[in-house]
Amino acid sequence: MAEWEAVKPQNKALAWFEERLPILGLVNNVVGPGTPSPRNLNYWWNFGSLAGIMLMIQIISGIVLAMHYTPDTAVAFDSVERIVRDVNYGWLIRPMHANGASFFFIAVYIHILRGLYYGSYKAPREVLWMLGLVIFLLMMATAFMGYVLPWGQMSFWGATVITNLFSAIPLIGEDIVTLLWGGFSVDNPTLKRFFSLHFLLPFVILGVVILHIWAKKVSDSGNPLGVEVKSGADQIPFHPYYTVKDAFGLGVFLIIFAYFMFFTPDALGHPDNYIPANSLVTPDSIVPEWYFLPFYAILRSITFDLGIPFTDITFVPAKLLGVIAMFASILLLFVLPWLDSSKVRSGAFRPAFRKFFWILIVDLIVLTWVGGQKPSLVIAQVAGIEFTVVNLGLLGTIYYFSHFIIVLPILSRFEKTLPVPESISSAVIKTAS
Amino acid sequence: MKLSKNIAFALVAVAAGISVTGSAIAAEAGKHPMQQKWSFDGAFGKYDQAALQRGWQVYQQVCAACHSLKYFRFRNLGDMGYDNPMIKAFAKEYEVAGEPDDYGDETVRAALPQDAFPDPFPNENAARASNNGALPPDLSLIIKARHDGANYVYSLLAGYDDAPAGFEVTEGMTYNAYFKGAQIAMASPLSADLIEYEDGTPATEEQMALDVVQFLNFVAEPKLEVRKHMGVNVLLFLLAMTIVFYLSMKKIWKPVKEGKIFYDDK
Repeated sequence: MAEWEAVKPQNKALAWFEERLPILGLVNNVVGPGTPSPRNLNYWWNFGSLAGIMLMIQIISGIVLAMHYTPDTAVAFDSVERIVRDVNYGWLIRPMHANGASFFFIAVYIHILRGLYYGSYKAPREVLWMLGLVIFLLMMATAFMGYVLPWGQMSFWGATVITNLFSAIPLIGEDIVTLLWGGFSVDNPTLKRFFSLHFLLPFVILGVVILHIWAKKVSDSGNPLGVEVKSGADQIPFHPYYTVKDAFGLGVFLIIFAYFMFFTPDALGHPDNYIPANSLVTPDSIVPEWYFLPFYAILRSITFDLGIPFTDITFVPAKLLGVIAMFASILLLFVLPWLDSSKVRSGAFRPAFRKFFWILIVDLIVLTWVGGQKPSLVIAQVAGIEFTVVNLGLLGTIYYFSHFIIVLPILSRFEKTLPVPESISSAVIKTAS
Repeated sequence: MKLSKNIAFALVAVAAGISVTGSAIAAEAGKHPMQQKWSFDGAFGKYDQAALQRGWQVYQQVCAACHSLKYFRFRNLGDMGYDNPMIKAFAKEYEVAGEPDDYGDETVRAALPQDAFPDPFPNENAARASNNGALPPDLSLIIKARHDGANYVYSLLAGYDDAPAGFEVTEGMTYNAYFKGAQIAMASPLSADLIEYEDGTPATEEQMALDVVQFLNFVAEPKLEVRKHMGVNVLLFLLAMTIVFYLSMKKIWKPVKEGKIFYDDK
């Protein structure tokens, strides 16, 4: 762990306060000049701070929305319309929050993929990685419940489909669903508890983010070369170098965010959510928000029971298997540090790993596409055999799991890695000779 | 070099993700809508006030017989180029429920600018009873509630045609290729010279469809102009800010790139 560097302010009053509560010391040691950071972090390292800023944008815009929103099935939809029509700047705050969720996920997905590529999950950063996954799971729960609040058709039917998943759990499934609903269908009690939890969870996320940053402080940032820092020559102070680099990255990110918010505020949403919820009319297709599509594809790709072939014996019915696969696809990442035991951390020195990484990216894009299509859609027909979206989803799902369970363990044993530089400074600093 | 390649890949991936979502949404039955150029499209798009006023006339005289507009208030007409006395005059023509009188009996009063446009039917059952069992949807959000909403509603209104040979149209329904399932309970609502425009524009079916879509888009999003106007300013500001950050970064990082800065001797 990097040493803790105290701050001694010149100002007497400030010094008096700092002795009793070293708040300046905290800033200095987390994002300040007293924070040593690898000198070679590239732009992929911008997305952590971007995710943090998106969390703050979501919390602040969300608190303002909560001042005007009414969680009651009779008026929830109307209250959202009232916000965008009659509340001062409501037309701005609501798209900010709705698109903000998407951009929060964009930042977090890039942040996670960066970790996958550069081996950020490897020792000694396993706990840092797992805390990140906890944040990701909390985000998914929060985003799902937030999408229910406007009480449009997609809100209602999305809530119905997702909460129903829990009924697949043996023995206690039905009870869990009743508890989630607060009754026997998605209704007013569901909306009210979702609102309450949607308000609570972001602060839980904030708490875990603090732990995440603490764990980062303990184990230091990773870096693109994947070699640990050995001396001060490998490092530069966080401030001003990475603060200004993060500021530049923030500018670029906000430009894209603002473009969506101001010019295509509904592009990432579904038109059906502008139709008030109606329990008697099912939408044509129930599609989650784009950031859930790969997981939705995994869920729907399992259409067969697990049992003894050619008999009626079923161990795991298809619905439960799908739910297990969906949750396993994320929970699997918790054991990633032990699945990939390669001594070389960074993908930069692992040529074979790198190829499989890009295959995984393609696989995730395919799963995203699959999640948005109707399951029965036929993609190709060969010799009378139809190849549907679900079939493609199953292939994608199989590759996803194989990547982590088969490919990475094998690679980490047999892969011929490239020579790793001795230190960051020796690789990065061109000696003036 | 490698970094820029990676960034390009990521952008392509993100773009692919977005277009995938778009195509997921586009998977809707019904003929692809006819594409029109709307004055409110694009970053500098604005509503066409004359079209809005004509569209309001079409709505009042044609659509309002069956379709409600529950989120539209008379005062919203202010953003369409009408002044207060005119808005009051528009509102006065409609009756809304008033406060109970001293004996507790229900009363009605003339509408005021803050009132919502009154529903044509007292409840859903009444609406269905008058429309062959079909429910005319509220139109306040119709543009946002349909994929490619403005073009869709325009195509629906202007696209009534005879059913192709062999197509069975159910009793009480009308053929419309743009509607899901190609049959709609609403008979073609527009026809030439159905109304007389106050500004003298010839009231063709096409013109009325264009105008009422302009109006309905305004009803769905009265704040569109202020949104786009602020958006342009915000983007200009962010662009300037980002350039300043970029130049600062280049300057601050110069000694790092030259290998002169180390954490030890900071």
